[in-house]
Amino acid sequence: MTGLTMKAGIWLILAILAMLASALAVDSGFAVHMVIVALAALLAMMGTLRSADWGGIARGILRMPDEGHYDDDPVRWGVIATVFWGMAGFLAGLFIALQLAFPALNLGLEYTSFGRLRPLHTSAVIFAFGGNALIATSFYVVQRTCRARLAFPGLARFVFWGYQLFIVLAATGYLLGITEAREYAEPEWYVDLWLTIVWVAYLAVFVGTIVKRSEPHIYVANWFYLSFILTIAMLHIVNNLSMPVSLLGSKSYSAFAGVQDALTQWWYGHNAVGFFLTAGFLAMMYYFVPKQAERPIYSYRLSIIHFWSLIFLYIWAGPHHLHYTALPDWAQTLGMVFSVMLWMPSWGGMINGLMTLNGAWDKVRTDPIIRMMVMALAFYGMSTFEGPMLSIKSVNSLSHYTDWTIGHVHSGALGWNGMITFAAIYYLTPRLWNRNRLYSLRMVNWHFWLATIGIVFYASSMWVSGIMQGLMWREYGADGYLVYAFSDTVRAMFPMYVLRAFGGLLYLAGAVCMVINVWRTILGHLREEAPMSDAAFDPAKDRPITQKPAAVPAE
Amino acid sequence: MAEKKRIDAPTGTQTVGHEWDGIEELDTPMPRWWVWTFYATIVFSLGYVVVYPAIPFLNDASKGLWGWSSRGDLHQTMDAEISRRAPILSAIATTPIEKLAAQPELMQAAMQGGAAAFKVHCVQCHGSGAAGSKGYPNLIDDDWLWGGDLQSIEYTITHGIRNPDEPQTRNSLMPAFGKDGILNTTQVQDVVSHVRVISGQEKPSASSRRGDALFQQNCAVCHGGDGKGLRDFGAPNLTDPIWLHAGDRETLTQTVMNSRKGVMPAWGHALDKATIRMLAVYVHGLGGGEATPVQAQVAAAPATATPAVATP
Repeated sequence: MTGLTMKAGIWLILAILAMLASALAVDSGFAVHMVIVALAALLAMMGTLRSADWGGIARGILRMPDEGHYDDDPVRWGVIATVFWGMAGFLAGLFIALQLAFPALNLGLEYTSFGRLRPLHTSAVIFAFGGNALIATSFYVVQRTCRARLAFPGLARFVFWGYQLFIVLAATGYLLGITEAREYAEPEWYVDLWLTIVWVAYLAVFVGTIVKRSEPHIYVANWFYLSFILTIAMLHIVNNLSMPVSLLGSKSYSAFAGVQDALTQWWYGHNAVGFFLTAGFLAMMYYFVPKQAERPIYSYRLSIIHFWSLIFLYIWAGPHHLHYTALPDWAQTLGMVFSVMLWMPSWGGMINGLMTLNGAWDKVRTDPIIRMMVMALAFYGMSTFEGPMLSIKSVNSLSHYTDWTIGHVHSGALGWNGMITFAAIYYLTPRLWNRNRLYSLRMVNWHFWLATIGIVFYASSMWVSGIMQGLMWREYGADGYLVYAFSDTVRAMFPMYVLRAFGGLLYLAGAVCMVINVWRTILGHLREEAPMSDAAFDPAKDRPITQKPAAVPAE
Repeated sequence: MAEKKRIDAPTGTQTVGHEWDGIEELDTPMPRWWVWTFYATIVFSLGYVVVYPAIPFLNDASKGLWGWSSRGDLHQTMDAEISRRAPILSAIATTPIEKLAAQPELMQAAMQGGAAAFKVHCVQCHGSGAAGSKGYPNLIDDDWLWGGDLQSIEYTITHGIRNPDEPQTRNSLMPAFGKDGILNTTQVQDVVSHVRVISGQEKPSASSRRGDALFQQNCAVCHGGDGKGLRDFGAPNLTDPIWLHAGDRETLTQTVMNSRKGVMPAWGHALDKATIRMLAVYVHGLGGGEATPVQAQVAAAPATATPAVATP
């Protein structure tokens, strides 16, 4: 009882402090954010009081978690949050793609300008969609592969809701113009501090569950999840070291300056790709691909070697984002060679994923979820070849600052991260809500094709646009003068921008199929539909021949 | 869990013997091509690190066997290009602009160089096609505010227009007739009516006839009695359909009420002589360039500035 009072009291005090901070705030954005924090704290207090087992408390019984079952509530919320934030992120992406083609869509408002919506899109898809997928699947996978119920159930719930608050604060901050202007690390100091608390809690839950495991060994997916959680903590803290201008205001200044600041940012930025979007999602792959294919992992040895080489090499590759800048040549060289060496360690994950299908390749034809996984791994392999290639300085001199980079990022994000997440969601939903199967497997197939064609439009239009842009920028005439003005390149890229937006529309349409499918599955509906594949069967021919055919003379 | 190694039937490979939630692992050796390609990238990287600057020390870094540096590379490229272009650029800088046409080689280089410089410095206001936009003159047509011959254009580019940092800048100031109380609201409308009549947009009216008198008193000193403008003041011709801002009643009212004073940078502060000369040649060649006036002809006033008979 005292514990309960204390918990509720802490939330109340937090709410009061936040209201106070809002009243004393030096800028309006901070005031708005503190109101959001106060509302969140009040909601947390209400949640604490309402979920309490009053009867048990009255009788003096301490409710113990049921160790005989997995703790799947945060996973269920996580699946819903992933689908929700995914839609928000894809929609924002489509809108800003259209803004690039048709600038009138900036609407003349600061809140809807490209500069503010762009971080909204990137953070929504990476941290809200991807992050929720990672937290939900990691909670699901770590319990199953450790054969142990989640450690610290209260903390796990705090991780989920605390992470949602982080997303809301980040997103509203972008719209209000609150930003550190660090790509993929835009939230300001107080939001960073909050995420640090949430992330440490996440680490505690994850490691706590591994510690209490019933299996003698730790499964490879958990190595990847753990490296992802640990490295993101380190990257997040170092890159966001900054000094607030006021403890009651949103603005802060980085602890680093000049090219050191740029290098810290891209050390962070590249490893957000390496450890958030690669290691974390490889962890998902290592559980869901063998489960869905019902096959053993292809090679244990490959998984060890590619895991250690991947996490050792990735952390040094960041400087390739700063080729041909004020960054010293030696750092650029190292950034490039570490990226080149990263090629095979990355492909190790693709090989292990694809070859796990050995003995089950027929499922690519019959199971659209397997098909999504195969496509995800194919895009993973493609973009992890493209990445080292783009890091080579002579290639980079053409590609950097162009749309080629955007195409590269999206073939990875839409193809690899998106597809593997969709597959995991389709795997999880019927199991988490105790349904026999998904509402519709044919809708999964539709989702697969819409998304795949969407990515093809997106990636190929950005390749054309990016290479054209790079070639036009560097085009010199025989007399030694630049041939094109910047505005010429902008005009030339217009059709590619329209095609890109069309690709995004297809991808979004696929995601809409997923929303309906997941929704109806949770509701327990089953769509009456013909099975995805069946061998031809004609009842009329399914009988013995009674009349002997006339003998044909042998030739 | 006991270690249960078994042979996996479809692949014929042994499992490692661990199992998690039904997931087993095969003991397949790493693909040879994977291992060798990985080694190859490491060997390539080691070679690259030896050849290029790579290893940081306390105050410096290794120079690499080839002594390559990105700054050195840039200087080399730029120096080669500069020395290649130097003779022709200095020839352009020393040849008077009106004499360039006689030397096709210089003229050709000036057109190309001017086009390139225009894309960098001028398109922001005058547009990538040099067609201008509201408040920024069109440079393709033959309507010039301050003169369209080579020397006039070069002067305008060098010294700018109404540039506060440049003593020799092209200067003139139209009074804000309405704001400063020189004309009242009705009178402003009358002048606007007159301007719309001489530009052929309206039929004469009582208002425009009143405006005509006001125009002669207030505007003719710069725009000329007939409204055809005077280049000495950069005063636009008001009788043609070409407008710097716009010729509708509302915009003209704004113009007469508040005046217009567009500014242009004095590029002499930022660009070298040859570049400015090339820009002038390029702009002149866009379509509306005028012949260089002979001094005697200037005295007799060029055709465009000849006072015409009273406008109908």
